[in-house]
Amino acid sequence: MGEVFAYIKHAQGVADDSALELIVAAKKIAPGAPVTAVVTGTGADLDKVCTAMAAVYNAVWKIDNAALAYPNAEVVRKALVNVVPAGSIVLLPHDTFGMDLGPGLSIKMNVPFVADIVGVDGVDGGTLKAVRQEFSGQVSTHVSCDISGGAVMNIRGGVFQADGSAAGGAVVDKSGEAGDLSAKRKFIEVVAAEAGDVDITKSEVLVSVGRGIEDQENLEIVFELAKAMGADVSCSRPIVDAKWLEKSRQVGTSGQTVKPKVYMAMGISGSFQHMGGLKGNPFIVAVNKNTKAPIFQVADVGIEANILEFIPELTEKIQEL
Amino acid sequence: MEILVCVKRVPDTSENEIVINSGGNDIERDDLVYSVNEWDNYAVEEAIQIVDKVGGSVTVVTVGDDESEEVLRREMAMGANNGILLTDDAFEGSDGKGIATILKGAVEKGNYDLILTGAQADAGAAQVGGMLAAMLDYPYASLVNLIEAGDGKLMIGREIEGGNQEMNEIELPCVLSIQTGINEPRYVGIRGIRKVASVEIPELGAADIGVDASAVGEAAAKVKRVDYFVPDTGEGAEMLTGSTEEIIDKLIEYLKAKGGLK
Amino acid sequence: MEPVLISPASFKLFGFIPTVLFSVLIPIVGVGLFTYIMAKRIAPLVKANPDFRFDRPKERVLNVLKIWLAQYRHPRYMMAGVLHIIIFFGFLILSVRSSELVIKGISADFIMPGLGGTLGDIYYFFKDYAATAVFFAVIIAAIRRGIFRPDRYIYPKSYGHDHTNEAVFVCLVIATLMVSESLFEACLVAAEVQKGLHATFLAPGTLAWLFKNILLDATPEKLQSLHILSYYVHDLTFFFFLCFLPMGKHFHVITSLFNVFFMRLDRGNVRPVRYGVSDEELDNLESFGVKKFSDFTWKDVLDFYTCADCGRCSDQCPANRVKRPLSPRFISIKGRDYAFSHFPLMGEFVAQEPLIGEGGIYSEDEIWSCTTCGACEQECPIGIEYINKIVDLRRGMVDSGNVPQSLQKPLSSLEKRGNPYGKMEKKRSEWTKGLEDCEVKLFENGDTADTLYFVDSVTSFDERMQNVARATAKIMCAAGIDFGILGKDEKDSGNEVKRFGEEMLFQNLKRENSEAILESGVKNIVTADPHAYNALKNEYTGMPPVNHISQIITKSVSEGRLKLKPVNEEDGKIYTYHDPCYLGRHNGIYEEPRAAIDAIPGIRRVEMMKSRDRSFCCSGGGLMLFYEPEEEERMGALRVKMAQKAGANVIVTACPFCLVNMEDAIKVAGMEGKMEAIDLGELVAAHIDN
Repeated sequence: MGEVFAYIKHAQGVADDSALELIVAAKKIAPGAPVTAVVTGTGADLDKVCTAMAAVYNAVWKIDNAALAYPNAEVVRKALVNVVPAGSIVLLPHDTFGMDLGPGLSIKMNVPFVADIVGVDGVDGGTLKAVRQEFSGQVSTHVSCDISGGAVMNIRGGVFQADGSAAGGAVVDKSGEAGDLSAKRKFIEVVAAEAGDVDITKSEVLVSVGRGIEDQENLEIVFELAKAMGADVSCSRPIVDAKWLEKSRQVGTSGQTVKPKVYMAMGISGSFQHMGGLKGNPFIVAVNKNTKAPIFQVADVGIEANILEFIPELTEKIQEL
Repeated sequence: MEILVCVKRVPDTSENEIVINSGGNDIERDDLVYSVNEWDNYAVEEAIQIVDKVGGSVTVVTVGDDESEEVLRREMAMGANNGILLTDDAFEGSDGKGIATILKGAVEKGNYDLILTGAQADAGAAQVGGMLAAMLDYPYASLVNLIEAGDGKLMIGREIEGGNQEMNEIELPCVLSIQTGINEPRYVGIRGIRKVASVEIPELGAADIGVDASAVGEAAAKVKRVDYFVPDTGEGAEMLTGSTEEIIDKLIEYLKAKGGLK
Repeated sequence: MEPVLISPASFKLFGFIPTVLFSVLIPIVGVGLFTYIMAKRIAPLVKANPDFRFDRPKERVLNVLKIWLAQYRHPRYMMAGVLHIIIFFGFLILSVRSSELVIKGISADFIMPGLGGTLGDIYYFFKDYAATAVFFAVIIAAIRRGIFRPDRYIYPKSYGHDHTNEAVFVCLVIATLMVSESLFEACLVAAEVQKGLHATFLAPGTLAWLFKNILLDATPEKLQSLHILSYYVHDLTFFFFLCFLPMGKHFHVITSLFNVFFMRLDRGNVRPVRYGVSDEELDNLESFGVKKFSDFTWKDVLDFYTCADCGRCSDQCPANRVKRPLSPRFISIKGRDYAFSHFPLMGEFVAQEPLIGEGGIYSEDEIWSCTTCGACEQECPIGIEYINKIVDLRRGMVDSGNVPQSLQKPLSSLEKRGNPYGKMEKKRSEWTKGLEDCEVKLFENGDTADTLYFVDSVTSFDERMQNVARATAKIMCAAGIDFGILGKDEKDSGNEVKRFGEEMLFQNLKRENSEAILESGVKNIVTADPHAYNALKNEYTGMPPVNHISQIITKSVSEGRLKLKPVNEEDGKIYTYHDPCYLGRHNGIYEEPRAAIDAIPGIRRVEMMKSRDRSFCCSGGGLMLFYEPEEEERMGALRVKMAQKAGANVIVTACPFCLVNMEDAIKVAGMEGKMEAIDLGELVAAHIDN
């Protein structure tokens, strides 16, 4: 089996959460093999990330080039193809960057590509058995892939929890091997989402509030919980009708279709129309004082409680963590 | 602008529980209905809108069997000018790379300035567009949610985390994978499909598009699906009981495990 | 004998210009101009699509007698209605006199044939009262319109200038006609009195009588001048008015008679895509629906011309009430203004831009806002139609692919699965599980029965509404009805699919359902869903008789097959019945559901102000559940407040969609615990005592 590399995503001198997850995945895919972090970028920020990664990975390969100041997948691909040895295994986060880079990289490296891995069932004689999801997460599947000649693998975020791995790797400057980094796609700028305009369709965790909140003033406790959880606030139709929250936050057939990982249904009865806007098989927590509310039929975890009392207590506990 | 849009016929699973067949090697497809992959539909709409503005034509292509023709017709009813069905026994069981290889053959048979794919399809791999671009040595961008046509190049927006948009300039010819929400696809009714029911759709096999049959199909696939399974989820909610404190502790454990706490 | 005053036919102005010249010229110019204007106005009707409105002449004449002549719908708005009736009958009476006067200007002794004898005496007696009544009616109308300005007439800014000036001006023109006619007569009688001749009798208290008394002391010269002057003021005003009518909302004076004659005779149906093109030939049509103005039918254009901007439709429209971007009267007014500006009186016809979208007169939201509840058409005193136009405009949008995203999914699910939720066909009969002591036969299994229970999509798949299905089944079991369901062979009835303009999809659903129903061999159909009832009864052909469950309940109770036990009087429940649009207005079933409720011994039921044919739509069913236009309030929320005002704490509906909307609205209005909603079937099933 070839060497194992993890591509480290970073911004403003701080590595992405995926940096600590990829090494956990790497250990499952290639137990015992040293894992090298590849970090591209330029200047002091790059050095900072390399230093941080050296504490976690067995080695850090640094590629410093002005063309890599922003992680343009087309440019990064060229650098990786030139730097990473043939037959290597490259791990990427399966996010907007990894999706941009992974498939093309596998072609250029002439190795197989395994997308969006959510679990590893082991490696048997160079053949990896991985777990993936299909049909918007409604069913899971095992895939097998011979990775003895190398592979590019995209790892879903959040499934391999950082385990506090530590290694004392050295930073190796590979900038000289990056080669020609000209590309036909030029990064211009990042246009920030409009302030206050939350796009709940992209949220991974939603605290969703319904009629059980009773009064507009009570919404405050919901926002506090969402803040503590790092979640966004969404709602059901009656809340929008009452003009307590903007329409863009409404989940349902007449509102937004959301695909979170975790959905906290607070005081939502779970009407057909509301549930129609919930896709991707999220983990649903339902809190409602009415045990007959249909939401309990579809929820994974249910709690019989008045949300006005329950939410502040939950928020407090989470803040203490 | 000559635009090729790659589309896929997928089972419509949004409202139905998926059941795994007795062999465990596929989902139960008897009761399923099929439609064009949602992302691909946005890609076709985008192509039509570009052509409406700057001229040219839109061709839709799919790899599949006779039944896949229906999605080509649906997209032609939307406004695509031509359809191509890539069908060959040798194509069966192709993995993502195999599909990209077949599509590459189709691209090289034509003269396209722009190739669009959906960002992902039913298998959720989001891989064919990027592979196709790399094979063709065309520039590529994924998750595109904005396209402005320019002279020999495009200004594109990519959807990135946090609802932000990454703006890029990309040279033609190129491959873009399209994210939902880039436009509002038009409605296609039964009437529209009937109007194009008699339009001839050429069927091309491996030999027609110069694809080496041994490079595609099941035998050439490096990534193989072994089985399907449904992760355990019990019936109805697990009701948490006990004192409020106990309930909250249990809930927090769950939230941690499911990625609900950041 | 020398006449007391020289008539306009013999008078010489300044002693040498014979005024008879004017008497001849004014009518010639007036009629000529009127003919020219009318020819131009008819042009858009000629260019419009065909419409089939010449059938069933007896019913049409009856409509004219009832709605046009007897002004049957006017008193629904008492003040405006009574004023209008006075003016309308005044006009009818005075039209004879006015025509007579026109000829009198040429031949002074002319008397309208038939008015020479006693009939004439009676006529002349009443026409003075008519003129007086009209005079006062228009003065009150002008004050009401110009000073008090009822809300109904307010023009939102987006719809352009209002019609108050036009309305008040026309009131003054009519007043002028009344005054000049009376003066002309009064001068003559005053002169007769002065000369001691046998004076013509003038009805006391009339304008003419009043003027005569004022003029008794006037000099003969003055009387002569006034006599001539008032004649020509009347003559000019009369022909001016005639030519002014086709310029605006008073066109209805001319067109309403025809509009009522040609108005729709059937309710509950939607007109075909194109008259004269069968369902099988629809594929051959180049285009569907109304995209440009000439795609409207000639009756649509006649509707536009006929709208008097009285605002009754919009006042009743639930969409307008909750401030959705739809006000039915402006569908007409904007259509009329479009016709006027694109088919001008002078110059070439103007090229037609699309009606919807940028530069068009209608907006997409406006057209999707309509729930097709039919309140507007029920109210219009002159038979203007809206549902057909709305549906045809939607057909045009659907044909162009212009369908809101939120509607595309349910439509495509209907195409693939036969229900808007995309649920599997085999789950259509799942509601029967959990039904005790009642067997529901399944025709898909080869069972047979006399009666088909047509469940329809929402009742089959929505968990809450499945309870309505079970209640319906229990009632039929208790009443000893041998019935079954189609199960997976049943598709959505398509009532809303048709009304959302997806005609070809409706045709598919209709064909599949029709085949399944006929194959089952049932002798009659029962449904608890008024939308299904409407579709099966009015849109499908060759079906066995269809009954709504309320009719079955009433019949079974009266025949003693269904026994109901008394209500628990301690619970303090007061019921009110909400008329579903597709049961009430569209199908005239108002009494049976009430009788079914009242069949429960001891039940207390009150009526809401807006009930029966003025029932207020819950915000609609079917695909309406998937589309939500901008609105300030929910229709359902308004409706539950109306029920509260009526003193009720339980709303009984007879439609699953009403129930969905009412239950939602109770939550939105924060009235949980104070108000509840229940389906008629559920209420009756809970009181079965067999």
